[in-house]
Amino acid sequence: MKSEAKIRAALPEGLLPETVRDMYERMVLTRLCDDRAFALNRQGKIPFAATCQGHEAAQMGAAFAIKRGSDWVFPYYRDTALAIGVGVTPRQQLMCLFARKADVFSSGRQFPNHYSVPELHIASISSIIAAHVTHGVGAALTFSMRKQPLIALISFGEGATSEGEWHEAMNFAGIHKLPCVFFCENNEYAISVPQRLQMAVKNVADRAAAYGFAGVICDGLDPIATYSAVRDAVEKARRGDGPTLVEAKVYRAMSHTSDDNQLTYRTSEEIESVKLRDPIPRFEAWLKDRGFIDDATIKDVKAKAQTAVDEATDWAEAQPPPSEDDLFTHVYATGPLS
Amino acid sequence: MPTKTVLEAVRDALHDEMKRDEHVFIMGEDVGPRGNVFRITAGFLEEFGRERIIDTPLAEASIAGVAIGAAMMGMRPVAEIQFADFIYPAYNQIVGEAAKIRYRSAGGNTCPLVIRTPYGGGVRGALSHSVSIEALFYHVPGLKICAPSTPRDTQGLLVAAIRDDDPVLFLEHKKTYRLVKGDVPDGDFTVPIGKADVARAGTDVSVITYGLMRHFAVDAAERIASEGVEAEVIDLRTIRPLDRETILNSVAKTRRALIVHEDQKFGGVGAEIAAIIAEEALFDLDAPIRRVAGPDVPAMGYAKEYEDPFMPSPERIAAAIRDIAAL
Repeated sequence: MKSEAKIRAALPEGLLPETVRDMYERMVLTRLCDDRAFALNRQGKIPFAATCQGHEAAQMGAAFAIKRGSDWVFPYYRDTALAIGVGVTPRQQLMCLFARKADVFSSGRQFPNHYSVPELHIASISSIIAAHVTHGVGAALTFSMRKQPLIALISFGEGATSEGEWHEAMNFAGIHKLPCVFFCENNEYAISVPQRLQMAVKNVADRAAAYGFAGVICDGLDPIATYSAVRDAVEKARRGDGPTLVEAKVYRAMSHTSDDNQLTYRTSEEIESVKLRDPIPRFEAWLKDRGFIDDATIKDVKAKAQTAVDEATDWAEAQPPPSEDDLFTHVYATGPLS
Repeated sequence: MPTKTVLEAVRDALHDEMKRDEHVFIMGEDVGPRGNVFRITAGFLEEFGRERIIDTPLAEASIAGVAIGAAMMGMRPVAEIQFADFIYPAYNQIVGEAAKIRYRSAGGNTCPLVIRTPYGGGVRGALSHSVSIEALFYHVPGLKICAPSTPRDTQGLLVAAIRDDDPVLFLEHKKTYRLVKGDVPDGDFTVPIGKADVARAGTDVSVITYGLMRHFAVDAAERIASEGVEAEVIDLRTIRPLDRETILNSVAKTRRALIVHEDQKFGGVGAEIAAIIAEEALFDLDAPIRRVAGPDVPAMGYAKEYEDPFMPSPERIAAAIRDIAAL
């Protein structure tokens, strides 16, 4: 796929022009938040940053395929666009980057991008790969038991699918036909380990057959294609027809995190070639072709997003860090005990 | 007050909480038609249905993980690990996840989960049906650990654990299941998590213990009373949070501390209790702190010749009380 390649999918029925513009705006906002995190890290203002560059289209497509704020999301640490798609704001994102006391995700306890926003139905996750996948299945079990019309969207990278717990989760969900969607963002690398050393199958989606439900593949550089694939899976789950494994083929545009250097395991040719596959200009071109957006609007969207990220950065930087007392809060419901 | 076994106390606690609160459900291996390998949940499937009595695949990490997810959604799951020896695949979920969910989300998410598991030896259970696991979890803030040993305490603490808003690891010594009988109050009652019980009052030596060893320690104390030594037996009942107050009050009175547990000695629960006494009550003591505990070998062997010397006996406990009382 080349940079000028157009996204071929038509606008699916039910997806309005203003909705796809909203998706685009949030993708732009995500990119600027991501860039800001790495800039702050280079400036020595924050100790760590993780990227979702290359994943924005897949994540935004998935976010818009669920009932945002009602359905539960069990994301992973590369899901900035998914979180912003569901409703995380630039201020919330920057508060977590600066590890501030009023950081809504964890009060400055967790690494960046480890979301927890109860109001948005985004569940708390750790950095332990695939540990949250059974939690999403447990949520889906609850929805099924309590006859709630909700689904759980559980996301992870392809490396997570090597974990035993991932397979246990898939198996459990398949047995009970639970209302969940397993969403794999396959960027072909688990830090440095390429997919061929991670699994002997060609596609992560192939693994679903072992658990009695469908695995589907979509172009994760195309938000519309991903939206359609995830929406079909969500509708199926909501009908009571069980889970689906959706594999979005994406790429990772940068190193794993600010503490990684991808030149130690990836050629510079490969790194340059993936940069040409940026999903944001592709989506922009698609929106323009269809008359959903024009150059003036694009300029305006980018300027507004930049202002929002700048404002959020200044604001969050000025907020207080956790206090000494915070060390001992939220250990147990009744406070710290020993 | 009806008399029942520990096993019946577990069953009654589960049954009554299932009836009281529809958020409570049970998941584990063989909990359905089989009614759990000890028959604790016999009849539950018929009474509560397949949605609330879930026979899981043979996969402990997902037993814990799926239960955690349900707990995060406001359910009150009681997950069963069939034998404590099988809990290791679920360690990541219990320690890495359940214990940290409240803290890492600054109270945004919670995990009101109970994980029940039969533990302990003396039943010819060999290497993989005899283990004591408490020391492996005891180190972890965010978890609560109950290890009761009487029918009353078992029923009252299990009900309290199910109603607790944090994850509780509930350890049931399998040798007590049918061996130990006792009176249990009628109707709804709880035993508070984090409170020790003075199983036997005494003035000369404090014996601090939990689990099956409570019964062995009381037996030992009765034996040695004829020699003029009155041992006070403290049954911790909950090993985290630990009831420091009861321990320190007793030691202040007797001026001698003996700690007894079946789990291996090195790095065991007794090591922490000894450290607390040393830090906070050293000048109350008339004798060094002593421990009677399992030997530091990898596991309890199958042959009687391995099992018997592994388990602290009333005789060994009595001898230790005698020794420390003489100092």
